[in-house]
Amino acid sequence: MINLELVLPEIFLSLSIMFLLILGVFKKESSKLIQNISLIVLLITAVITFNETLGKNETLLFNESIIIDYLSSFMKIITLLAAFLALAMSSNYLRIFKIFKIEYPILILSSVLGMMVMISSNDLIVFYMGLELQSLALYVLATFNRDQLKSSEAGLKYFVLSALSSGLLLYGCSLIYGFTGSTNFNFIANQLSSDEYALTFGIVFILVGLAFKISAVPFHMWAPDVYEGSPTSVTLFFTMVPKIAALTVFIRFLYVPFLNLIDQWQMILIFLSIASMLFGAIAAIGQNNLKRLVAYSSIGHVGYALAGLATGSNDGIQSSVIYITIYIIMNLGLFSCLLMMKRNNEYYEDIDDLSGLSKNHPLLSLSLLIILFSLAGIPPLAGFFAKFYIFKSVLQQSMYFLAIVGLLSTVVAAFYYLRIIKIMYFDKEKEKYDTDHSLWLKFSLTASTLLILIYFVFPSQLIEVVSRINII
Amino acid sequence: MNFPILSSLILLPSIGAFFLFFTKSKKEDNKTVKYVALFTSLVTFFLSIYLWILFDQSTSEFQFIEDRVWIEGLINYKVGIDGISILFIILTTFITPLCIISVNNSIQKRLSEFLIAILIMESFMIGVFCSLDLVVFYLFFEAGLIPMFLIIGIWGGSRRVYSAFKFFLYTLLGSVLMLVAIISIYWISGTTDVVKLYELGIDAKYQNLLWLAFFSSFAVKTPMWPVHTWLPDAHVEAPTAGSVLLAAILLKMAGYGFIRFSLGLFPIASEIFTPFIYTLSVIAIIFTSFIALMQEDMKKLIAYSSVAHMGFVTLGIFTIQQQGIEGSIIQMISHGLVSAALFLCVGVVYDRMHSRLISTYGGLVSIIPKYSVLFMLFTLAALGLPGTSGFVGEFLILMGAFKDNFLVAVIASFGVIIGAAYMLWLYKRVIFGKLINQDLKQMIDLNKSELFILTCLAIPTLLFGFYPEPLISTIEVSISDLIKVYNMNLTGY
Repeated sequence: MINLELVLPEIFLSLSIMFLLILGVFKKESSKLIQNISLIVLLITAVITFNETLGKNETLLFNESIIIDYLSSFMKIITLLAAFLALAMSSNYLRIFKIFKIEYPILILSSVLGMMVMISSNDLIVFYMGLELQSLALYVLATFNRDQLKSSEAGLKYFVLSALSSGLLLYGCSLIYGFTGSTNFNFIANQLSSDEYALTFGIVFILVGLAFKISAVPFHMWAPDVYEGSPTSVTLFFTMVPKIAALTVFIRFLYVPFLNLIDQWQMILIFLSIASMLFGAIAAIGQNNLKRLVAYSSIGHVGYALAGLATGSNDGIQSSVIYITIYIIMNLGLFSCLLMMKRNNEYYEDIDDLSGLSKNHPLLSLSLLIILFSLAGIPPLAGFFAKFYIFKSVLQQSMYFLAIVGLLSTVVAAFYYLRIIKIMYFDKEKEKYDTDHSLWLKFSLTASTLLILIYFVFPSQLIEVVSRINII
Repeated sequence: MNFPILSSLILLPSIGAFFLFFTKSKKEDNKTVKYVALFTSLVTFFLSIYLWILFDQSTSEFQFIEDRVWIEGLINYKVGIDGISILFIILTTFITPLCIISVNNSIQKRLSEFLIAILIMESFMIGVFCSLDLVVFYLFFEAGLIPMFLIIGIWGGSRRVYSAFKFFLYTLLGSVLMLVAIISIYWISGTTDVVKLYELGIDAKYQNLLWLAFFSSFAVKTPMWPVHTWLPDAHVEAPTAGSVLLAAILLKMAGYGFIRFSLGLFPIASEIFTPFIYTLSVIAIIFTSFIALMQEDMKKLIAYSSVAHMGFVTLGIFTIQQQGIEGSIIQMISHGLVSAALFLCVGVVYDRMHSRLISTYGGLVSIIPKYSVLFMLFTLAALGLPGTSGFVGEFLILMGAFKDNFLVAVIASFGVIIGAAYMLWLYKRVIFGKLINQDLKQMIDLNKSELFILTCLAIPTLLFGFYPEPLISTIEVSISDLIKVYNMNLTGY
């Protein structure tokens, strides 16, 4: 007997998507309605996930191909909430660009569904299925502003490169299947014998595919272009939500079937992590477009999250999860600011457009200041604690090189964050921006700023929640 | 004692800043904002004086300890003070109100934001001096970068952006290695609680690397030669109140860190690296004194003299003699008072003439006599004339140094002479000489608030010069116990 209530969130979400599609076909001018329903659906799914699965013991479903445990439930809730806010914040932006269509929320919902499948997957095939579902939705989202050349280019680029990486990933899956005789994670773990070099090849191919999805160096090439070209509301979605899912798969894939081969993949992860941290920090310095800059900074932040995974310890996993959670909070705030930079129905996205912001919009620039210092990892803001946990778990394994390189790259990264602050606070002011922002935008900016600011008062809460994640 | 007096000290300025954020005052008249800030900082000051009265001088144990679980099983929020920290806390709370009074003329724009930055800065600095957990210490130590970056960058001079970046990145670069060391200590010893670490000690084989990591942070902050180059830039570009905070208190965080952490936690490494510190200190004393001689800009000159003075401080600390460390602390307090006063003196003429170049001035004595008298007092205190607090510090440091290493002491003593040379020469060129620049005749003498601030600084400078007993009796027991434990640890391994 299968406990269907454990997959109730996914079932509910897929039924809602179908319902919304039909609704969209039969009802004219329904974009606003569908947007609102989608928001409610995301919230309800989060509530169902919270009620039905969080706190349940680890359960395997459907021939052990789906796993429901604390990690998957936690990550699903974060995904749903982040997607909810990303969708809620996007409506004004879409309206101005005249792309406020019914497909937008539905595509977001289907990519979220794909991510939830990915997060729960305990089998290579299921994982691949979820991955493709979310990617397919994301390709379309990237090109959503189809009248704009840059957006189409972004979508196409993302599609081609992503297809390539999916191919590599599938090849890796086939190698692993060939040498272990199964696609199931638990089964592979039991079958493992470490002298199979071909298995290492399989791991490497899959890691490449995954690294592409979270844009870790050297598989990051697509990120700056896609982030810049996509509509800002989609970029917001890109920088947060897919990363949660891909990181979860990273954790699951490395720590369930291949924990015994840690010697083989640890080096790869350390390399990915160091390269991402350094490259993210250095390449961002020369950027003038805020969205490109965010792309590079997100590459850097992924590097820190990977540093936690490279440790091979439970503490490391937990610190990565904490890192990605705090990163998402900071990112939400950052993008709220970006979405607020509009004047006469035109959005501005260059760094110079922030010039002298502190004179015209003191509160907005103060929030951005706090968010940027937090992204740079300066205490006592939340970003510092995120880095602190990562380096704590890294140093527990005596990986001094990784820790020192990581911390030095925070210094380099501090430079470009400071540059934005300098432009906001030290330079001459420009014209004022509009202030008629939607409630959700204001809400997410205030909420994320306050969370970042007062995180140091209650640092234990998040740790307590995350400490229930036990993979090993 | 159940009342959390230290936490209230840390929080008070921040609460004041929080209220300032919501205080609206009319554009032309910024008085309300200023009074709120001043009131907050004065309350903090009186609270810290009350703390000094309650403070028990007869023991080196940490007092007023508050210990709360902060991150479950990882970090405790632990604060407490001993004889060494209390003086720095009082210095902080004493200098801050003076800074706030001094902003009268120099800060024209965004006054309330400036005061918020200064008050938040005060919170962090008090936090640095009373935290008894390495992570909490690091938090306060680093957090101070944010307000200081903004103070230099928003209200600074023409090259403010460059200086603000240099200040921020230099100090951050130094500090991240300290973070690595702190986390490593957690894994080596299982705690970051300073009191427990004093008892446990740290395994000898790790001490050298850890010491170096802490050193990299403190050396930048002190600043020691050759990583001192951010200081002249930061000082020159920062607004007067910012320079005062920077010179008087921020630099002391590193000296305090050396005593509390380098000596306290890593005695073996400290012993090994003493010659290294001696060399750097002596170079700093001689080399930067010569550089100071050549400066055209008054603020830059005083900034370089700060580096030289801090050279004495590091020299004194690593003599590991009672006199040496006492001298270092008194030198730091005295430098806090004197350099603050000197920067304010420069600020006074800068506000009137908008020039910091020495060549602009000359012959001021006949135009602004009150200013000239006070400036002379602080010049003499800076060069260590007997009867001023500067003398007590330098004398004790050299005494300690002679006990430990004759050669170093002799070279350092030469530094005193060069110090006298550049300070007196500065004074001569600015105050005496012929009055060439006719614009100077328009200058007005000190106004009431300036006179008040400088007098406030002059009184303790003279008082502690003639009667350093209150300072010494506060730190004496703490230092002698520190040295006792240090020597015990050294032989214990």
